[in-house]
Amino acid sequence: MRVVIVGAGEVGSSIAASLADSHEVVVVDIDRDRVESLQYEVDVLAIQGDGGSLETLEEAEIADADMLIASTDDDETNLVTCGTAKTINPDCFTISRVKNTKFLETWRHAEGAFGVDFMVGTNLLTAQTIVSVIGLPAANDVESFVGGRVQMAEFRIDSESPIAGQTIQEADRFESLTFAGLVRDGDVIIPDGSTRIQADDEVVVIGSRDSVRQFATEVSTTDEDDPSDVLIVGGSDIGFHTARLLESRGLKPRLIERNHDHARELAESLPGTTVMESDATDREFLEREHIGEVDVVVAALDNDEKSLLAGLLAKRLGAERAVAVVDAGEYVDLFEAVGIDVAVNPREATAEEITRFTRERKAENVAIIEHDQAEVIEIEVDTASPLVGRPIREAIQDLPDGVVFGAITRDDEYVVPRGDTILETDDHVVLFVGAGVVEQATGQF
Amino acid sequence: MSRIRVDWRSATSLVGSVLKYLAVPLVLPLVVALGYGQDVVPFAVTMIVTVLLGVSLEQLSDDPDLGAREAFLMVSLTWLAVALVGTIPYVIAGWGTQSTLANPVNALFESMSGFTTTGATVMGAISFDRHSHALLLWRQLTQWLGGMGIVVLAVAILPELSVGGAQLMDAEAPGPGIEKLSPRIAATARALWIAYLGFTVLEFCLLYGLHQAGYAPNMDLYNAVAHPLTTLPTGGFSPEARSIEAFSAAVQWVIIPFMVVAGTNFALFWRAFDEDGRVFSKDSEFRFYAGLMGVLSAVLAGLLFSGVGPGLATVADNVLPIPGNAERSLRHAVFQIASIVTTTGYASMDFNTWSQPAQYLLLFGMFVGGSAGSTGGAIKIVRWLVIIKSLKRELFTTIHPEAVSPVRLGGRTLDERAIRGIYAFTLLYLVIFFVSVALLAVNTARTGYSLEVLELMAAIAATLGNVGPGFGAIGPMNSYLDFSSSSKLFMVFLMWIGRLEIFPVLVLLTQAYWRS
Repeated sequence: MRVVIVGAGEVGSSIAASLADSHEVVVVDIDRDRVESLQYEVDVLAIQGDGGSLETLEEAEIADADMLIASTDDDETNLVTCGTAKTINPDCFTISRVKNTKFLETWRHAEGAFGVDFMVGTNLLTAQTIVSVIGLPAANDVESFVGGRVQMAEFRIDSESPIAGQTIQEADRFESLTFAGLVRDGDVIIPDGSTRIQADDEVVVIGSRDSVRQFATEVSTTDEDDPSDVLIVGGSDIGFHTARLLESRGLKPRLIERNHDHARELAESLPGTTVMESDATDREFLEREHIGEVDVVVAALDNDEKSLLAGLLAKRLGAERAVAVVDAGEYVDLFEAVGIDVAVNPREATAEEITRFTRERKAENVAIIEHDQAEVIEIEVDTASPLVGRPIREAIQDLPDGVVFGAITRDDEYVVPRGDTILETDDHVVLFVGAGVVEQATGQF
Repeated sequence: MSRIRVDWRSATSLVGSVLKYLAVPLVLPLVVALGYGQDVVPFAVTMIVTVLLGVSLEQLSDDPDLGAREAFLMVSLTWLAVALVGTIPYVIAGWGTQSTLANPVNALFESMSGFTTTGATVMGAISFDRHSHALLLWRQLTQWLGGMGIVVLAVAILPELSVGGAQLMDAEAPGPGIEKLSPRIAATARALWIAYLGFTVLEFCLLYGLHQAGYAPNMDLYNAVAHPLTTLPTGGFSPEARSIEAFSAAVQWVIIPFMVVAGTNFALFWRAFDEDGRVFSKDSEFRFYAGLMGVLSAVLAGLLFSGVGPGLATVADNVLPIPGNAERSLRHAVFQIASIVTTTGYASMDFNTWSQPAQYLLLFGMFVGGSAGSTGGAIKIVRWLVIIKSLKRELFTTIHPEAVSPVRLGGRTLDERAIRGIYAFTLLYLVIFFVSVALLAVNTARTGYSLEVLELMAAIAATLGNVGPGFGAIGPMNSYLDFSSSSKLFMVFLMWIGRLEIFPVLVLLTQAYWRS
């Protein structure tokens, strides 16, 4: 497949890197330096030019391209690029990244609007990530499969957690829950019964919604099981959507915004949120509002440093968890190292979402673990699959190493995958797969 | 001195346009007079006067152009001019007879009370022996014209008003701001009048139907026409001396829902017709309105049923004892609450015979008023709702000083300026109320007519709020006749500013309006 990527920023480069192995990738960027450095880093063709102009797109041979990904930082440029590409090649599948949710709403209202075939709303996506992280105490990442019946969650195990030091066999006392993988020092380990869980490991579990929740409560070292008191610092678009999504879950979050007029606008459009006009670094104010008793603080200011400061200050005053939005990808680990519990990077989330979508295979839903080291994918079992009618114990022999059956749903019912579970046609299987063997594994279904 | 900055010629010229059309509704009493073989002179003369006056005022400007300032002047003057013209039939008909309306001050009071849908009367005796059927029908008709608004009607039918129409309606229509139902203001005005006319006809059909079915012996054709004309505008005039007490229980039950309708935002009916009936349950003002009337009625019914309510004095012959009778206590309680809260002013019995707690409950009701966009008077439900909500907000921000919490009404947030306007109106209304009570007390004492505090308060609340009847000497079966001329003129002023919701008239009294 020939893919044209317009915009070689963090998002574009990251997508280019993940697609370069199996596809012909052309990257277009207006910045000559970036174009040059990318050409040496990744095996792609890089072109300097304006992605919204006919000339550049023709140079990128858009007429022969199967897919165009517009991933610049500017919404309007992305939309115009998609629209322009469609005028040359109407068969080209266009993907656009947008920040402003109003474009996403228009596109959802009339699919195909702006000449865009698939749209990824960065801010909304980030807010959704934050909200799902808030929903499960201690979880770093959460993803839903099969219409929400199956959940994948990633947890960091700290030394006080009851399962730290236990073997998988000992820890595996939760019904409908599979320990799919461990991430230790950045490496993915496929565990067996005797693998011992160590402190600071990240555990990837797959299971029914209830069992994941139950597991989350068990492994978390905090007392409260359901976070109800959420404080959002900063009324950025991400902060706004986080509040809105929390409202729709029946929570009554608080939101701090410094700008008078903007605070008023937010208060008008968020009926279930208490909006406060103040500076989030005003200690006296924070103490008066009992920030110390807050379950989760979400720092979503426009500036990474300020977000870090707000998150750390709230933690210092006694807030249970701090989630921060980090715009610069390289800061993610740093933030988590100095005390932010979860750092969410909108660019990473966007790149993941787009990469997921571009993977040409039968997988219906994909979650990416630890910078592309492993994936959790959902697959429907085909009639022609050689695995149909065989128990998992045998089926696993035909699959490459590094594949774990996380969950199965059959006729919308959750089925716990055991060695003797027999695969049937139309089963939805959620697999944990090591990065190198994805294509090989999915081919079997 | 700088020159006048208001285009008073345009405004007055448009008043003339409205005035000349007043001849059209005058046809109705004229025809009735012919039918009954009564004197047609009062109406014929009035028609001639209003057309001549209207046409001559129109000459003041060839191409009247309305701005925001002119709208206030035009609306205020229209109501004054219409009320003045409306006095002519009373004076001519009463000339040389014993009628109290032969006195121009009394006639003006009656006319203003009619057009502003107040329903306070200075007629010495309301009976067909003293007054012709035609004249009493004219009295009913003035309320019907005033109900949905003379200017709204003018906007609906006069094309020259379409440009400044929204401002005119804003100045006249009850409640803060108007709700445009269609892009064209004339279409909105027409929609409101059609809904209004529709309900009037429906009430007529039901009342006359009751008569034909034998449940309402004295609700004859004349009464069945006359009463809807004063129910839907929340007016309260009745050609019967004893108001609705004169009719059967069935008639009283039928009138109750129509009073409730009259106090509802008419735009809601239009939207219910367009969309579906759920607009009522979704509208926070309507919910509050219905809930408040329900609570007040329940309390009053309890008072009446337990006998705390009615005293035993001077109960009319046809009113059966109430305490201990569930249907009667409920009927009189619901009827009277609906009548007072919507500012209609009908009486299903003489509530002067009720005890003080019940009367104070009604006095409270006089300040509530109908919904915005209804035909009711007083402060209006929506204002109270906004005040309650913003007071709650004040309490919340006392604890959380940094909280930004807009006041919401039915999912929409209210502009802070609108809230300030509502506070200002309500405060001004109450200040005018108390100052007027004091002024009236001084004036009545000066002229040797002594009233109790409750009576004085009721007189002001009933005229400023366009309710009509008060308590005691000005109770529902009595009249305002005994006040001195100066007090009556003062109350004419109160009815006028009450109907236009104070600001459009009061702004005319400021220097800034004319000069800057």
